[in-house]
Order: sequence, then C-alpha cells, then structure tokens
Amino acid sequence: MTEFQPESGSTVSVTNRVRPLALGIAVTSVHFLGERAAFVGAEEYVALVDQQGAITKVAVHGGGILCAVADGKRIVMGGDDGKLVALDDKGAVTLLATDPKRRWIDNVAVHPDGALAWSAGKTAFVRGPKGEEKSLDVASTVGGLAFAPKGLRLAVAHYNGVTLWFPNMAAKPEFLEWAGSHLAVTFSPDNKFLVTAMHEPSMHGWRLADNKHMRMSGYPGRVRSMSWSSGGRFLATSGADQVILWPFAGKDGPMGKEPAMLAPMQVRATAVACHPAQDIVVVGYADGTILMVRISDGAEILVRRNIGVAVAGLAWNPKGTQLAFAAEDGDAGLLEL
Amino acid sequence: MSDTTSQKIPVTVLTGYLGAGKTTLLNRILSENHGKKYAVIVNEFGEIGIDNDLIIGADEEVFEMNNGCVCCTVRGDLVRILDGLMKRKGKFDAIIVETTGLADPAPVAQTFFVDEDVQKHARLDAVVTVADARWLSDRLKDAPEAKNQIAFADVIVLNKTDLVTPAELNEVEARIRAINPYARLHRTERCQVALADVLDRGAFDLDRILDIEPDFLEAGDDHDHDHDHGHDHHHHHDHGHGLKHYHDEDMQSLSLRTDKPLDPNRFMPWLQNLVASEGQKILRSKGILAFHEDDDRYVFQGVHMMLEGDHQRKWKDDEPRESRLVFIGRELPEAAIREGFAGCIVT
Repeated sequence: MTEFQPESGSTVSVTNRVRPLALGIAVTSVHFLGERAAFVGAEEYVALVDQQGAITKVAVHGGGILCAVADGKRIVMGGDDGKLVALDDKGAVTLLATDPKRRWIDNVAVHPDGALAWSAGKTAFVRGPKGEEKSLDVASTVGGLAFAPKGLRLAVAHYNGVTLWFPNMAAKPEFLEWAGSHLAVTFSPDNKFLVTAMHEPSMHGWRLADNKHMRMSGYPGRVRSMSWSSGGRFLATSGADQVILWPFAGKDGPMGKEPAMLAPMQVRATAVACHPAQDIVVVGYADGTILMVRISDGAEILVRRNIGVAVAGLAWNPKGTQLAFAAEDGDAGLLEL
Repeated sequence: MSDTTSQKIPVTVLTGYLGAGKTTLLNRILSENHGKKYAVIVNEFGEIGIDNDLIIGADEEVFEMNNGCVCCTVRGDLVRILDGLMKRKGKFDAIIVETTGLADPAPVAQTFFVDEDVQKHARLDAVVTVADARWLSDRLKDAPEAKNQIAFADVIVLNKTDLVTPAELNEVEARIRAINPYARLHRTERCQVALADVLDRGAFDLDRILDIEPDFLEAGDDHDHDHDHGHDHHHHHDHGHGLKHYHDEDMQSLSLRTDKPLDPNRFMPWLQNLVASEGQKILRSKGILAFHEDDDRYVFQGVHMMLEGDHQRKWKDDEPRESRLVFIGRELPEAAIREGFAGCIVT
C-alpha cells in the first residue's frame, strides 16, 4: 500500500469529531481545569478553552514556563522568572513563592491534600496544607519530584538515585541508589513501586517493600511522558516508536515480564495519557499523529492525522468523556466522546 | 520545520584559567552594539554587571553516562538549562557557556555529541579559551586544567599582552603552539578582539572543517587572516616567524598526511579502535579524507571517544586529493598511530 488511507481497512477515525483550536502559542503540556481545557505555553501564558471552544489567554509567568502539574482544581507552575504560581479554575493567578535568588523553578508536585513541592537547583521545598514550609538539599540538581499517594512523603530524583523524604519526620531521608541521572519520578497508585525516567533512554524502578531494582530499558529515546492506567495496572510511556506499557498488576510489578508494545509507528511517541476509568491509552507521536489505543487488544482509533509537529501534550477530563490535545506549535483540539 | 544546522542555536564555550579575562570578554559580548541577543550560562552570578534576564547561573554538574565508557561525561546542568532555554526560542540568537577556570571543556563538548535533545535545538560553535599572556607559561607547568583548555581550544584569546615584553609574548605563544598549533590565536589587551573572531566560528561544523592547517603557517607570510584588520594590528608581527619551537612533554598535536588514497574498510575500523582504546588521551581529532575510488571528501571530528563524520562534497578538479588528520592529546602514542595510519593507505 503506498497511500495512507486512514478511513479504510481496520483503522477507525474520529478526526471529523475533533473541534480544532488554533492557540497561537507554543504548548508544552495539557490539563483540565474544572470544565475547561488548559494548555500551558512554553512561555508566559496558559490558554484556557471552554466547552464552546472560546480561548482565553492568561498571563502566568514573566518568561519560560519550566514545569506544570494539575490536580483538577488548579495548575501549579514554575518558571525561569524564579516564581511558583497557581492558576485556578476561575482563571485567577496566585503567586505561591518567589525564589530569592531568582533561580529557575523547574520541578513541581502537588499532593491530594493540598501540599505542594517544588525545587530550585539542589533544593526541594515542601509547603504543607497549613502553609508550613520545609526544605531539603540533595547532592545534585533535582531532576523530578513526586508525592507518594499516601502520607506526606516526597520522592526527589537527582543524579545517582532518588531521595525519599518524610518532611514531617525527623528521620534521615532514605536514599535509593542507581547510577545515572534521574529525571521524572512517579509512584505507582498503590504506593508499592517508584519509577524514574532517566537522562539515558531508560527507566528505572524500585519495589519499595524491599528496594529491589527494576531495569526498564530498551528505549531508543528518552522517556518524557509517563501515565498510569486506571487502577495502576499499567505504566504507559513515550520514548519508543510505539507505546510501551509496563505491567504493574502483580506484586512483582514488571520484574521478569515483557512490556506490552502497542500502536507501532515510523516515528517516536512523544506524549501518552491513560483514560481515567477504562484500559485505553491515547498516544501522540513526533509527526503529530494521535491514536487512541485499547490496551487489551491494541485496537486503534485515529484522533489526529500526521500533520505538522510533535504532539506536546494530551489530557482526559476527570470523567473521561473529553480529550484535549496540542502539538508543540499550538495546533490543538478537543474531542468529545 | 526542519532542523538544519543553520536553524540550530549556536553555543560558544568560553573557557580560561582564573583571572585570564573571561568576564571581560563576556561583558564585551553582552554590551557591544551588535544587534544580537545572547543567553549566557555562568557559574558565578553577579560577576557580570549587566542586567539581562537571559543570564542563567549553573552549577557545573559532570555526569557519567551509563554506557560503560569512562570518559563519556556530560554536563547535566547544561542539558537541563538548554532544555529550559529552548522554551524561549526566538528571544535570543546564540548561547554562551562560561566555564569555571578549573573546568575541563570535554564534558561540555561531549554534551553536544551525546544528548539527542540538545542536538535537536543547539549546535556547539567553538571552544574559545582566554589565556593570560603573563601567567599562562607558569600555569602550563602547574595547572593541568590550563593545559587542557589550550589543547581543546578552537580560538585562543591571548590576553593582557600589554603586561609582557615582546620577547615574553613570543615565548608564551610558542608554548601555546607546542600544544595546539591549530587554534586561531588573537593577541589582545583587555580582550579587544573582533567579536566575529570568537563567535559564530562553526568550528564543530563538519562542512567547515577546512582549517586543519596549523594557524601560524596559514597566517604566516601574507598575513592572510580572514577577519577584520581594524583592530590590534601588532598581533601580526612575528606571527609565523621567529617563534621558538617548543615541545610540550605531555600534551601534543600529531598530524598525518598522505596523497595516496585510504581504504575506508581499513581506515574506519582503525580510527574507531584508536579512539576506543586511546580516547582518554585524545582530546580533539579532525580529518579530511580521500578514500579509494570515492569522489567525495569525507570529513570527521571527535572529542575523546566520540566521533562524527560524513561525506562532505565532491573533490574539486584543481584540489589535491590528500588525506589530512590531526590529533591533539596527552602522551599520544605517535609511533603506533603513524604505523596504524600507514596501514590504511592503498598501495
């Protein structure tokens, strides 16, 4: 077959049901904020898009936006202006912290109970729900932050390992060692495993009960996007020319198991987002393609054709009835299911 | 949007031993009216007296890569900062990375060979080393970092020439040339060098690997410098003439040349083996190669164990088809290298 014919054969397409959006800003991540989709820009702005497709741009930073996380009610972002800000579902911006040395704030995490964590250089900060603040210096620049799903426990990824810190306890933080530079970090939803995406094209995991190592390697490119499937049964990752899904259902996680590899393409996956309730993952690729993939059998639905530049971000609304996506150049869309 | 070389942001690495004048040069680059905007990655905040929201403080974090290659180190902070800076693409034209006086330039350069994301958006332009005319000779004796920085350089700004006699200046230049005869050298006072001579040099651009003749030979009799002559004329005097020939005991350059074609099936494995086994000693390598029954020039360059190479263009009719290679390094096994190279020549 020489021509790309997505409408024919087995590939189902929903491209005609997508509401296209021209955001006019470079986008780095996508979230939902209440009823609105939120597209975090590379610098200065977040574009909020309501159900009717009306776009509102909100100024959040005086420069590059380096990190962003959302908990449904607010998006917390750090910037190269040394500021940590929150944007809420009403569109109001709150300044949460300013680095006194105007260092870049390049990692952020939010806890379901309202606690916040961010980092500048080698220092990780935690602010509890009542506003009390603590900090921890690690051996090298912080690469990623994540709160454990239970209790106030923060994972701080850095060079040669991850430091696990209970900010409210006097005990010395625990150090999980593994050579190399660790960037993004995530806990499994059942709190049993910790996984990092490394600077090398590889991931590393620990079973927290016994700190047993899990090597999750074989990627052609760096893993920049990770997403837990509903119930934490799989961890979906970008970085290969298909979506890689590591099985975490059993007590051993992916130890000794092969990952599932679905939706192969000629280009790398750049963004992944699992459906909040069903075993479905949506995958964005470097050529702009977006596929919705059923994990059980790999069946694919085309959401966006291979137009333009890499997919920067994907997000489901909490009910899983809407999908928002954006390419790096701000060409975006909303899909109602 | 394609990622051609010209669209990538050029990155200049500015090195030099403590007190040589790096900050003076940096301040000139930032304050001169050249219509360009630079993002600057510095180690000491506050030394630069210019307000610029694109000055970023960095901690030099040298990371080993998990690939079993001991000298394969990268600057982890640089990977992170370049990634962050790319969010502000369009707000600046080029990036300058200032290293501390004690830094080894290799991890910075290797970052551009190893990191896929860095390669996508940025290209290493040149390593510029500022040297103190008065103290460099002493530092070459007692500070291995200073020697590394000279050996690694594409451009050397030999600064503070007003603090030494002409004879002392020739002496220090001869010592530099004993280590690195290939870098462009500019004699300056207060770093008064044309910015075109330090920025946008394309020293790591395979298409521009032309200058693998020793700089002082090219610059010799006809003073045929490729830059503006409106500044600092006295740096031509004695250039190429009357420099004493020194031999540095542990850092040397080695050049190989042949007008007979090379066998690519022998040469490529030899070169790869050489950098794999001796890569810790080899700081820089470059070559223009004429392969047997191949009408294209092949060019390569390397930093320690990392090599990149490609067919460049057709040999011109009036151009001698000769192969030239240059290695700069520490305690290079010269006899073995010459012998290995000779074994790649088609006879």
